[in-house]
Amino acid sequence: MDWLIPLILTVITASTPLLLASTGELITEKSGVLNLGVEGMMLVGAISGFAVTATSGSAILGILAAIIAGMLMSLIFAFLTLTLMANQVATGLALTIFGVGFSALVGSGFVGFAIEPLPGLHIPLLTDIPLVGEILFGQDFLVYLSIVMVIAVGFFLSRTRGGLILKAVGDSHHSAHAIGYSVIKIRYMATMFGGAMAGLAGAYLSLSYTPMWAENMTAGRGWIALALVVFATWRPGRLLAGAYMFGLISVLQLHAQSAGVHVPSQFMSMLPYLATVIVLVIISSDRAKIRLNAPACIGQAFRPAQ
Amino acid sequence: MNVNLVKRTLAAVVATGALALGMGAAQAEEVKAGFVYVGPIGDHGWSYRHDIGRQAIEAALGDNATTSYVESVPEGADAERVIRQLAQTGHNLIFTTSFGFMNPTVKVAKQFPNVKFEHATGYKRDANVSTYAARFYEGRYVAGVIAGKMTKSNIVGYVGSFPIPEVVRGINSFMLGAWSVNPDVKVKIVWANTWYDPGKEGDAAKALIDQGADIMVQHTDSPAPLQVAENRGIVGFGQASDMIKFAPKAQLTAIVDHWDEYYVARAKAVMDGTWESTDTWGGIDSGMVDMAPYTNMPDDVKALAEETEAKIASGEIHPFAGPIYDQAGELRIKEGEDATDEMLLGMDWYIKGIDAELPK
Repeated sequence: MDWLIPLILTVITASTPLLLASTGELITEKSGVLNLGVEGMMLVGAISGFAVTATSGSAILGILAAIIAGMLMSLIFAFLTLTLMANQVATGLALTIFGVGFSALVGSGFVGFAIEPLPGLHIPLLTDIPLVGEILFGQDFLVYLSIVMVIAVGFFLSRTRGGLILKAVGDSHHSAHAIGYSVIKIRYMATMFGGAMAGLAGAYLSLSYTPMWAENMTAGRGWIALALVVFATWRPGRLLAGAYMFGLISVLQLHAQSAGVHVPSQFMSMLPYLATVIVLVIISSDRAKIRLNAPACIGQAFRPAQ
Repeated sequence: MNVNLVKRTLAAVVATGALALGMGAAQAEEVKAGFVYVGPIGDHGWSYRHDIGRQAIEAALGDNATTSYVESVPEGADAERVIRQLAQTGHNLIFTTSFGFMNPTVKVAKQFPNVKFEHATGYKRDANVSTYAARFYEGRYVAGVIAGKMTKSNIVGYVGSFPIPEVVRGINSFMLGAWSVNPDVKVKIVWANTWYDPGKEGDAAKALIDQGADIMVQHTDSPAPLQVAENRGIVGFGQASDMIKFAPKAQLTAIVDHWDEYYVARAKAVMDGTWESTDTWGGIDSGMVDMAPYTNMPDDVKALAEETEAKIASGEIHPFAGPIYDQAGELRIKEGEDATDEMLLGMDWYIKGIDAELPK
């Protein structure tokens, strides 16, 4: 059992950035907006968080900066797609490319900087409980936040009036508009929530997961977060499970290699993606269920009728 | 991947555009050196170290040299355009610093016989094309000796990128060094299947430490594995550049790519008109492989490391001195012989004693 606790600890850190970013994207997509710029928003969040933490010495300021940076990025996207009605797919891709380049430009002065990683929680007695103590009570606060946020989002969507309105806007923007809701305003807010969460996911990478700045350090995690939303069929509970499953498989293959399990490492590296595809196939076999949760208006521009 | 490609392409296009605007006519006796990098200078590794070499030319030759560079150039059709652009804008010495630039370099070189080309890590030469690379495995032997002395668990964790000869040679050399002082050392290898993904490299390092490794070695590009070593309270080695800032308590030394002297020498040769096509594979003796200061180790280990480094430089120690057997027990290098360069360049087998299967 010696290997189990460290394995779980590694899985938690590998899953958290995916969970943070995909929770935000889930809300964005539920409002009917498809923002493919998650990778770019994460990178800009990562460098903003790192730069502010490195210069001010305060991780809290860094995290706030990352959230604001992610929101500003999503605001660009929202303005282009919601106000100017540009194509969402093309704009999202452009946002990612912009984010990759922009973060590299801002970050060029921060390569090679080292900072202290975010401190883990330490509650006397509780953290010291054998086995589960460190897992439950020894993480940094972004880990707890990621869990709280996904639960909060689940509650918001299924139990609150606001959640119903958001889903209505995502499922039929004309109906929502007709009964008096401001579709554009709600989509702006949902998109910016997605940006804030992506920025937070970026900050988790550059402040906690690997406390440094390096170009393109997200290495595709933004795209995985996007896939996870579909994988979870837009349901927060499944999102949580999916993010941790993805984290588990990607970490498990590294542990298997170091434990000397003789399976080709290329196959192991492929496993998380293979698992995603398989689960997607299983889920998609029941089309009715997907339709139940998928926002019907996703990706469509809203032009109010005259 | 596509996005990355687009980004790199854009960067290359913008950079070449800027070059075209900025460059005037060529001047004969002055050196005008152009550099083509495969990654961003900000990678804190491979391309970064080449750029340090470029700056060394400017520092050493002063007003007699100007340099320019194009970073993040993808290995493909774009590379040829970038190289030709540099040749057309009056550069008389062009460094192309990645293996994948080999064919475009040779092709452009044929069209510009008066321009000198220097291609890193390749094997195709011409009257105006030289090749150069560094024997990083020598540095890995020194690292192995240090690891053999420093390990308490006798388990070394090794984060590999891809099972190519460069990396396999490094693992073999490292273990030969380690066994020369401690025959009980075992190595656990995790292939990250990436050169660059800080998160994944870090996770691989964590997995190795969880399996009992107390020395961290990496052949991937980000400082993440060493940083994990620092946070987990073990020690390890930096890659490509001195990473002591990321791991002040954990870095034992780093195998640093050091192109400065070579670049300055080649630029001077162009200036003097003595430049010739050569094939250079430089090791510790040439200064191309540089060891970062030995830190976080007892004085006797430090002395042994320095001694080993000096002996490799003088030729007294060859990391691949026979007899060397492969995993199947077959004698690959006979007693009294050293591995040939050809054998080293194509090394696709583990030496006897490594308890792992080499992915094919």
